[in-house]
Amino acid sequence: MTVDNAVSELLQTPLHNRHLAAGGRMVPFAGYSMPVQYAGGILAEHKWTRQSAGLFDVSHMGQAWLDGPDHATTAAALERLVPGEIAGLDPGATRYTQLLTDEGGIIDDLMVTRPLAAADDGRLFLVVNASRKDVDYDHIEANLPDGVSLEPVEDRALVALQGPKAEEVMRRHCAEAAELSFMTAIPAKFDGFGVQVSRSGYTGEDGFEISVPLADAAHLWDALAVEPEVEAVGLGARDTLRLEAGLCLYGHDIDETTSPVEASLAWSIGKRRRDQGGFPGFERIRGELTDGPSRRRVGIRPDGRAPAREGTDISVAGSPVGKVTSGGFGPSVGGPVAMGYVEREFVAPGTELVLSVRGRAEAAHVAKLPFVPHGYKR
Amino acid sequence: MTTRYTKDHEWISVDGDVGTIGITDYAQQQLGDVVFVELPEVGRSVAQGDEAGVVESVKAASEIYAPVAGEVVEVNEGLADAPATVNEDAEGKGWFVKLRLSDAGQLDSLMDAAAYKSFCEGLD
Repeated sequence: MTVDNAVSELLQTPLHNRHLAAGGRMVPFAGYSMPVQYAGGILAEHKWTRQSAGLFDVSHMGQAWLDGPDHATTAAALERLVPGEIAGLDPGATRYTQLLTDEGGIIDDLMVTRPLAAADDGRLFLVVNASRKDVDYDHIEANLPDGVSLEPVEDRALVALQGPKAEEVMRRHCAEAAELSFMTAIPAKFDGFGVQVSRSGYTGEDGFEISVPLADAAHLWDALAVEPEVEAVGLGARDTLRLEAGLCLYGHDIDETTSPVEASLAWSIGKRRRDQGGFPGFERIRGELTDGPSRRRVGIRPDGRAPAREGTDISVAGSPVGKVTSGGFGPSVGGPVAMGYVEREFVAPGTELVLSVRGRAEAAHVAKLPFVPHGYKR
Repeated sequence: MTTRYTKDHEWISVDGDVGTIGITDYAQQQLGDVVFVELPEVGRSVAQGDEAGVVESVKAASEIYAPVAGEVVEVNEGLADAPATVNEDAEGKGWFVKLRLSDAGQLDSLMDAAAYKSFCEGLD
């Protein structure tokens, strides 16, 4: 077997030394040195998150403010780029949406929060993927009207606490956050210092994402890491957790060649937006919503034990019908799980598929997503 | 019993004309949790450096290469139900394949324990 230890010039998050101290195995990811796992290993970290609470450094992700004179103006500016309902966001609400190309392909997926405080009227807080920060920011800036501007936030870390015990842990440090419902956010005090907390995440579990000034990031991390319910969790388990939860990974399950409808993200397109459009790729997306897309992202369960990785060919009766875009071992499922695109005739759960794994035909079937029920607090 | 190591982190332990093959403890640590192992059929002949199996961690699949040429005489069936044995005891119960060596002279091209140890130290 081959072992790759190559490391080049990489950025570090403000919590880098915490990862080293905790035995983090650092790997390159989107230009950053990030922990793929800590001493416990991916399986243990995954299971711990599902049964207790996992602590994730996601400071590599892009945080940015979109700034305009009032909510209607700023929301309208963003709605020209995304199909999500932004104008109708309540103060303190967070929404998942996608930046789209003129052809309706996905430039990135992102979270958009309308701040709760009246003083922040006209601002939207964005969180984008690390690997797409530069592309996203250039794209947004090039398409903003006068009076609305983008301000990337470089002086804050981002930490996620995820799992069924996340709430009771947060209650000890930030009681207001424990009262949040899924996809809402507030400014709050965590052990006395100011943070921005949202009830959201990328694991399928209940949990929080906490944006914190750099100066307080280590305190926040230490305060959570020391709690008996909490263990640090690396990118390896973050990937298996999101895969079991049926969540897309940019550059794998979605990219500029896939539309939100093909990606089974039509739920994130606002009702008013479907009727009125006004976002890039509207013609294509309206057609796909009406007639169904030619292919769609589905869950896939191999019947045997062999994992089917990204790029695996999918066929039915000897004819190619699609490809796996994410796949591996699901620790909570206890077997292999995958997602991929298949032609429209083959999207129904239970449909029998054949996966070509190292040249061998492996039986599989279309499975409902998520593979593990979501634990969101609605 | 002679044990030798490859630069691809396989070990082979030879008893008579049969060599037992697995991945090293260093390799299992690098891989992390092993979740699937694919083994060749008994009776298959492999040349030195041929693929002789696949080991999959949570993150990725890696090929296992035959350290020397030979015929597969036994595979570790227990790994199908308990792939984590590779993590727990890589250089013992976590073996993959037994080969009947066709050219014992090929062992001379491999590293002994001391040479492999310093090879790994050079990688870290």
